[in-house]
Amino acid sequence: MKRRDYLKNIGLSSLGLAVLNPDARAMEQLENTNGVPKAAALKIPGGRTKDEAERDAKLMAEVFLNKHELDTITILSDIIIPADKKSGSASQSGVTGFIEFIVKDKPELKTPVRGGLRWLDSESNRRFSKLFTQITPAQRINIVDDIAYPEKAKKQFSQGVNFFTLMRNLTATGFYTSRIGIDDLGYKGNTPNEWKGVPADVLKQYGLSYDD
Amino acid sequence: MINNSIYIQSQQEVFDVVIVGSGAGGGMAAHTLTKAGAKVCLLEAGQPFDPADPKYITQLKWPYESPRRGTGTTRAFGDFDAAYGGWEIDGEPYTRKNGTKFDWFRARMVGGRTNHWGRISLRFGPDDFKRKSIDGLGDDWPIGYDDMKPFYDKIDKMLGVFGTNEGLRNDPDGFFLPPPKPRLHELMIKKANKALGIPTYPSRLSILTKSINNERGACFYCAQCSRGCSAYADFSSSSVLVKPAMATGNLTLLPFAMAREVMTDAATGLATGVSYVHTGTLQEYSVRGKIVMLAASAGETARLLLNSKSSRFPDGIANSSGVVGKYINDSTGASRSAIIPKLFDRKVYNEDGVGGLHVYTPWWGDNKKLDFPRGYHIEYGGGMGMPSYGFGWGIEGLNGKENYTRDGLRKAAGGYGATLKEDYRRYYGSYVGFSGRGEPVPREDNYCEIDPNVVDKYGIPVVRFNYKWSDYEIKQAKHMQDTFEQIIQEMGGDALGKKPGADTNYGLADPGRIIHEVGTARMGNNSSTSVVNSNCQAHDVKNLFLADSSPFVSQGDKNATWTILALSLRTSEYIIDQRKKANL
Ligand SMILES: Cc1cc2nc3c(=O)[nH]c(=O)nc-3n(C[C@H](O)[C@H](O)[C@H](O)COP(=O)(O)OP(=O)(O)OC[C@H]3O[C@@H](n4cnc5c(N)ncnc54)[C@H](O)[C@@H]3O)c2cc1C
Ligand code: SF4
Repeated sequence: MKRRDYLKNIGLSSLGLAVLNPDARAMEQLENTNGVPKAAALKIPGGRTKDEAERDAKLMAEVFLNKHELDTITILSDIIIPADKKSGSASQSGVTGFIEFIVKDKPELKTPVRGGLRWLDSESNRRFSKLFTQITPAQRINIVDDIAYPEKAKKQFSQGVNFFTLMRNLTATGFYTSRIGIDDLGYKGNTPNEWKGVPADVLKQYGLSYDD
Repeated sequence: MINNSIYIQSQQEVFDVVIVGSGAGGGMAAHTLTKAGAKVCLLEAGQPFDPADPKYITQLKWPYESPRRGTGTTRAFGDFDAAYGGWEIDGEPYTRKNGTKFDWFRARMVGGRTNHWGRISLRFGPDDFKRKSIDGLGDDWPIGYDDMKPFYDKIDKMLGVFGTNEGLRNDPDGFFLPPPKPRLHELMIKKANKALGIPTYPSRLSILTKSINNERGACFYCAQCSRGCSAYADFSSSSVLVKPAMATGNLTLLPFAMAREVMTDAATGLATGVSYVHTGTLQEYSVRGKIVMLAASAGETARLLLNSKSSRFPDGIANSSGVVGKYINDSTGASRSAIIPKLFDRKVYNEDGVGGLHVYTPWWGDNKKLDFPRGYHIEYGGGMGMPSYGFGWGIEGLNGKENYTRDGLRKAAGGYGATLKEDYRRYYGSYVGFSGRGEPVPREDNYCEIDPNVVDKYGIPVVRFNYKWSDYEIKQAKHMQDTFEQIIQEMGGDALGKKPGADTNYGLADPGRIIHEVGTARMGNNSSTSVVNSNCQAHDVKNLFLADSSPFVSQGDKNATWTILALSLRTSEYIIDQRKKANL
């Protein structure tokens, strides 16, 4: 097979074009033989099965986290991964939207995230009589410093520490799987190429060679 | 494309061969038989799949093209993995007995589990067929390496596998394409292993590092074979076997066809075909054939045999021995991972390589000197891969360690902000993973059977497993853990997490988890202790053959699939030969 023939197909799909899967369409026709009218056909994106596309569509339509909760997540994730000389911040990379989706996809995250956000607001209220979104950046750090370091945090903050660790993990995963984050790491793959082995300068750096 | 009429039309015909299952075993049988001119009907419970068709392609997609960044909420190995099915399938349960464990991975698609398998393609060696003669445990196969060698040689050339001839006695040479060069961490492992006396060789994967024909392209090194290759440069039954079988014009492929039972003639006791239910329409159909081959995977084939009951076969077809379902065995597995600080802040370049390890370690030990009877091989992972869901998770377990910062000053674990961001960059690509995959001793009291109380959504009685590891496997897992720790230390790495100890059986994975289940209808010369003869032909029903891993007498310290393929080829050629001689 010619290289350009198979690469052509990939090109199509990575544009994210939604193709109506013909097998799914045929199945629907088959299912329709009993004469019961069908709801409007769902667009199945390339690479997904019908069941998966249906579940995704349902999740997308579901609302769980509210605006205040999402605003708080945006602020917190930018404290965890701020913009620097090399790349943008968590929220610029779309972390808020990712967390909004993933708690619906993994319902076991719903209570830890929602409850953690409430914990944060109540702590903020206790200290500054305002919600976390309403206090100053310095005041936010005052709270974050008490929950960001699991090994030295005071016992009384253990629930806050757990929540912050979860947010750190979700933020990092969301960020480094985004375009901005992947470019930040400098990951060079996911593209047709020829693997010729470890570059010579790297071999030299580690005192290794292909000869022995 | 589903075409309702093929289900109706195929009922009118009598096929030369009806095959159930289109994975490694079924695909190979369909390919061999249709090329020889036989009219074949292939029943597949799952949906169509072609890795070069845009509607199925996930290759070269980025993590952000999945709203869940590729995690496995809906697909067991993640959104981009080419596995439709998984550990649990809605409406198709299985059960376990006596508090034992067995997890069962099933794929429901043309090509079965070969669409997303690891492509590690290891032929068995002479010892792997004769373990009882060596250690007195289990049983010997009725065939040996010399019987299998011509078929291994044929599939090496026909399907393509890279590797090197090392002249190892129990890891025999083959016909190999050039292997890819080791990655950086693999060179480091090799160096450490050399110091420890552990061998490291180029891996053997069925990936075309060179094009071998006009139908299949060459590998372009995207590291994503588990997503299925749109260039057909990796082996999967769907693209390499079923597709060309279709092109002969001799194959009727019926997707969405869930076999219920093998039908028999009450007078002759011969198989006459297979009845099935269409998984979409729930219509009942049957196809007739002069020969029936089951290749639905070891567990499903046992289920089909046991569910095919009649007055002539009250305990299930081909089961006069009562052996069907017994001796099921999966590879052992244990793993450990580590951070290699030497790799911190490494230069970033594209090191994707092929979709799997470039080096591996075949079993090197002498079991006579060890406290467990069977060996294992080691698979290695690591490198600067594409980030996906889970990336960065648990950094608070790393960045508080001594010497893990660039300035050498210890800092508080966890944290946030600019310095945290530096940590993620610094640690990227410094992780390595070790997985042992070993041979268990098959046991009669490890078995699968039909659950008397449970049916699936099609009304088909389901499989119930009873499986326990013995001391042999547990001690082998301990040896794996000790070995991993030695290698990690020799590399100057830091092992992650606590070393798995006796309380967890040394990290020995639950049965089924390594997805190499074999042996549910083992072969033998004695019809009272085995289900099929050395040609995978049922002792009780001469026109019934098994073409998956159910006839395996033992597992080997290799992964099973290359042997499934070679054995299915051998069985298919036997059928062709017997048909020519009018014996069937
Ligand atoms: C993630 C993963 C990695 C793996 N890596 C490796 C590896 O590196 N090396 C290796 O050697 N092995 C590996 N394996 C194992 C390998 O995939 C299997 O050994 C191989 O696919 C088994 O082939 P099979 O033909 O017996 O069954 P399968 O490939 O499972 O195919 C069976 C087919 O039969 C169909 N079927 C089942 N029941 C019925 C029914 N009642 N009616 C109709 N159709 C039915 C199924 O839908 C399926 O398509 C891996 C497996 C997985 C999941
Ligand atoms: S690594 Fe090679 S064979 Fe595997 S999917 Fe990528 S291009 Fe295909």
